[in-house]
Amino acid sequence: MKTLTAALLAGLFIAQLAAGIGPVHAAEGAGPPKHNWPFSGVFGRFDRAAMQRGLQVYREVCSACHGLKYIAFRNLEALGYGEEEIKAMAAEYTIADGPNDDGDMFERPGRPSDYFPSPFANDKAAAAANNGAAPPDLSLMAKARPGGPDQIRALMLGYEDPPAGVEAMEGLHFNIYFPGNQIAMAAPLSEGAVEYADGTEATVEQMATDVANFLMWTAEPYLEERHSMGIKVILFLLVFTGILYAAKRKVWSDLH
Amino acid sequence: MSGLKTNNAVIRWIEYRLPIFSFLDHAVGSQYPTPRNLNYWWNYGSLAGLALVIMILTGIMLAMQYTPHVTLAFDSVERIMRDVNSGWLLRYIHMNGGSIFFVTVYIHLFRGLYYGSYKAPRELLWMIGVALLLLMMATAFMGYVLPWGQMSFWAATVITNLFSAVPLIGESIVTWLWGGFAVGNPTLNRFYALHYLLPFVIVGVVVLHIWALHRFGSNNPLGIDADGPQDKIPFHPYYTAKDAFGVGVFLLVLSAIVFFAPNSLGEADNYIPANPLSTPAHIVPEWYFLPYYAILRAIPDKLLGVIAMFGSILILFVLPWIDRSPVRSAKFRPIYKQFFWIFLADCILLGYIGAKPPEGMFLIVGRVATAYYFLHFVIIFVLSYVERPRPLPNSISEAVLKGGGATAAAKAREKA
Repeated sequence: MKTLTAALLAGLFIAQLAAGIGPVHAAEGAGPPKHNWPFSGVFGRFDRAAMQRGLQVYREVCSACHGLKYIAFRNLEALGYGEEEIKAMAAEYTIADGPNDDGDMFERPGRPSDYFPSPFANDKAAAAANNGAAPPDLSLMAKARPGGPDQIRALMLGYEDPPAGVEAMEGLHFNIYFPGNQIAMAAPLSEGAVEYADGTEATVEQMATDVANFLMWTAEPYLEERHSMGIKVILFLLVFTGILYAAKRKVWSDLH
Repeated sequence: MSGLKTNNAVIRWIEYRLPIFSFLDHAVGSQYPTPRNLNYWWNYGSLAGLALVIMILTGIMLAMQYTPHVTLAFDSVERIMRDVNSGWLLRYIHMNGGSIFFVTVYIHLFRGLYYGSYKAPRELLWMIGVALLLLMMATAFMGYVLPWGQMSFWAATVITNLFSAVPLIGESIVTWLWGGFAVGNPTLNRFYALHYLLPFVIVGVVVLHIWALHRFGSNNPLGIDADGPQDKIPFHPYYTAKDAFGVGVFLLVLSAIVFFAPNSLGEADNYIPANPLSTPAHIVPEWYFLPYYAILRAIPDKLLGVIAMFGSILILFVLPWIDRSPVRSAKFRPIYKQFFWIFLADCILLGYIGAKPPEGMFLIVGRVATAYYFLHFVIIFVLSYVERPRPLPNSISEAVLKGGGATAAAKAREKA
């Protein structure tokens, strides 16, 4: 029993150790403050109202510069929208399609199977329009930065006047949560930048939190399935492993 | 036909023409005598085998959806995550299964170090194991490149560039490895081909590993030879039952990571598509390579660093001839036991240093830890001459059945 515990602990310890030393956190800049997300934890679920508000912020603010290329309109069903709503939303976008039978490219209204169109034709165009720094696609942002959704939310709230003696470089903006503190993106959110369809007051903090909720879903759309399947699998394995242990004890009982 | 008893006519019919059932019975069944005193540290060998099977099965299914092209690889992985049925599950199992595979193999390796499993007559078994570790590392490295994220690309760049340290022909070797003048599509294609091939090479070498194991059977916590039937029990049902319990625990740990923290062992940067024009602030390998990475960076000279890094594993090949003490188990080697734990701590420290930028205190600690890593082998060489081992028990059954502990003053050196 002693070695069993030790052998188990060693396995867990190494896994833990690996998790601890894995990511290297940027030395510069303050770590993002931890927010209590509805999707974190074993029983975590997405907050659909927050995600719908976050989508609205993306469509009305972020999408001017940032793409969302891995998300199709049909995927928005997961946010609680109905088929007709999605069709209507997709139709608001103009999609370049083609070539048609005459060999010409043409434009048409979006369909649910279309993906969110990128705001720029290509990365060069994006960089040229933005002072040399192409705005990154947001689909995976909640997994592509240390801190994930915490970092997204913090970055929205981190715009401040630089401390005395520090000056943001030409074309850059001071942000306490950006590594190096100098970010090309100007503060994107201002009080009341959107008018929420559900009447929620659009404070900067509210919008930052909503958009992070939304972007966690775009990065990890199967999070809820993962959590609920995980609970079932773990419960099954606990019982199953218990039975295997009992079987082992029974088999070995004639030796001791 | 070695006395396989069965009432099943079908099994008898097959067995007569192809004695596969008695073969299995001798390999992992009732006809394979195993020391009766194996503790739970001996579970990790079968767990590593299970991890290999899980990796191959999930890997084959992922390969059916993955596209090895620089412009499509990242997108095809995202497509697996989003549009392929249960694709996210397959990928998260494969991604974290690699880590768990290394956990089991490292524990398996250190168990061998502690109980002297590398000593005569199991030297070749041990060396095949070290070869397996090298094959695994190559496979894991190439697999990490396939998603073609930022860390994939830059890890490929840094590691392949190591070969440029070879005098005279270094640059040519690197160009040859890349299949071009930079890490690009030919590199990704060959890594994919090899990442698919090497696991089956590993399976073949595992067969050799088990073959060599069966020649003398498992070592055991006492490190003394099992003498007679009273020292041994059949593998089945005793160790099949014990291994099955280990499998349950293994799957629990893997599931906990896959379902509740699937990205905790990885780098956030690898969710950014590869960009040859933008170097990440910190290029770090996966956690299981960090100790070697620390050794590489501890040495200021590139060539010597590469030699030290590969040497840190290659030295294990000759370990059976460095440690000349005839007593296997650290249980009876009070001084070796202490140096074992110091060595383990040193390896963990190297892993920690490998994750930190090579500057200031980290660099100094990394250098000391690297020096100690190699010094350890000098220490155990000297130790095997000067250490006085504690008396060994006469037999496994005596030690196990009479309440444990050593009895008669068996002479250590004669015994082995």
